[in-house]
Amino acid sequence: MNAALETHGLAKRFGGIVATNDVTFRLERGARQALIGPNGAGKTTFVNLLTGVLTPSTGRVVLAGEDITRLRPEARVRRGLVRTFQINQLFGDLTPLETIALAVDERLGLGRDWRRRVGAVDAVSAEVEQVAERFGLLDVLDRRTDTLPYGKQRLLEIAAAFACAPQVLLLDEPAAGVPEAERRDILDAIAALPADVSVLLIEHDMDLVFSFARRISVLVDGGLLVEGEPEAIAADSRVRAVYLGERIDG
Amino acid sequence: MTRGQTIAAQGLARRARWRAPEIVFWVLAFAALLLPPGKHLLLNEVAILALFALSLDLILGYAGIISLGHAAFFGAGAYAAGLFCKLVTPDPLAGLVVGIAAGALLGLLTSFLVLRGSDLTRLMVTLGVALVLHEVANALPQWTGGADGLQGMVVGPLLGRFDFDLYGRTAYAYSLATLFVLFLLARCIVNSPFGLSLMAIRRNSLRASALGVPVNRRLVAVYTLAAAYAGAAGALLAQTTAYVSLEVLEFQRSADVLLALIIGGAGWLYGGLAGAIVFKILQDTLASNAPQFWMFWMGLFLVVLALVGRERLSGGMRGLLARVARR
Repeated sequence: MNAALETHGLAKRFGGIVATNDVTFRLERGARQALIGPNGAGKTTFVNLLTGVLTPSTGRVVLAGEDITRLRPEARVRRGLVRTFQINQLFGDLTPLETIALAVDERLGLGRDWRRRVGAVDAVSAEVEQVAERFGLLDVLDRRTDTLPYGKQRLLEIAAAFACAPQVLLLDEPAAGVPEAERRDILDAIAALPADVSVLLIEHDMDLVFSFARRISVLVDGGLLVEGEPEAIAADSRVRAVYLGERIDG
Repeated sequence: MTRGQTIAAQGLARRARWRAPEIVFWVLAFAALLLPPGKHLLLNEVAILALFALSLDLILGYAGIISLGHAAFFGAGAYAAGLFCKLVTPDPLAGLVVGIAAGALLGLLTSFLVLRGSDLTRLMVTLGVALVLHEVANALPQWTGGADGLQGMVVGPLLGRFDFDLYGRTAYAYSLATLFVLFLLARCIVNSPFGLSLMAIRRNSLRASALGVPVNRRLVAVYTLAAAYAGAAGALLAQTTAYVSLEVLEFQRSADVLLALIIGGAGWLYGGLAGAIVFKILQDTLASNAPQFWMFWMGLFLVVLALVGRERLSGGMRGLLARVARR
């Protein structure tokens, strides 16, 4: 069976700088995998290559067996590769209701419909409500996004991506900057994602990584250093060296 | 049905609901037809500027495309309608359709120039397109009449029955009806999923694309639509004044419509309409009292408005109305 998402020899060079170096990577269906690495390891570039914001210098990106290397970002979203952002990328003066409705409309191919008002299709408002309920946003649906508590904004960040019906969901530091009191809601929402959605978590927070991931990939200097189960990664001397600054001999 | 479904469905239905002030606004606009002769020529100008500003609002207020050359489409519509009247048929509605088509075609062709780049790039590109067209019109006097303008238009009666009179009542009725129909269409569009995707693009095109919105295609579509609206406004001016001059393509016209929209507030459909009313009334009052200084007062008004309004570009009259309402 095809993996949910694969890369083959993926590389990105900016002039003389190699930001992503020959990454061959595999995300199984239903995976709960984490991508970790120190600052500057190239995680952001890698995600941008996966989602189509950047075009790779060489290599391929394959989603469920289909080569998507040359597809535009929105075409990848329609095929089920969806991401969230480390820094909220929301629509400040729109409401969560509008944000989720937008994603649902686009997924159902209604985004070009100019004749009917938003929500005229019952299936849309029903699904908006389901997504809002899943992420605990029902009570703030009609408020401006930029007036919401930060934790709610982070939930909306994930809810909007979820409304695109992802096959593969890339979560970029979902709990970054969230106050302790609201953190639980986000962890619960992530834990409750449907099992058939393959999740790649890009994260700094090791507590979250080790509580969530069943497999971990470590990215260093643009290349994959090691991959494996959490226990193996925690015990790996090279990973410890990278994170703790220890020297590796030999 | 659960309580949640009610919330989402009701919330979405509320977005598109007609509000009482809107109905009052349109009743007043149509009631102005019954005024004694004297103000209809001015009202006709207001309606045309309102349509032009509505057009700019579609790209600037909704999709976030700033333009300093929107007169290009206005002028294309005006010349197309004028030439069509002279060469093909004097029927105004057919000419209006031709003006709309000319604006739309030019919009479609130039939309690809504004897809990329920053606001500054877009300002320069739109400005450049309008300057080029102005010079083209100037260089083709056998078609456009050049600096003398396109003369000898004899516009036929509206619907074959209503002649355009000296007092401008038919003209105002024609422009207002066109404005109303196109406003209804614009209202439908901005409340649709298509309109919502434009609003998302303006606020954050990166995220819009990450939610599956084909950003470029939507921008091409709305730019073409807005150009069609501007073409309609240009055609109305040509037909109701039976004359087209190079002024339709001048930079001043692009600047005026931007001013009108900013006075009214970009990003809501009534912004262009309210702005056009204020702009034209100010222009008319100031120009009759102090013709040589009217731009001075206009400038002063803008400075005050910008300082008082909280949200600079998108606030305008809407911001002021909201502040008054809170008091």
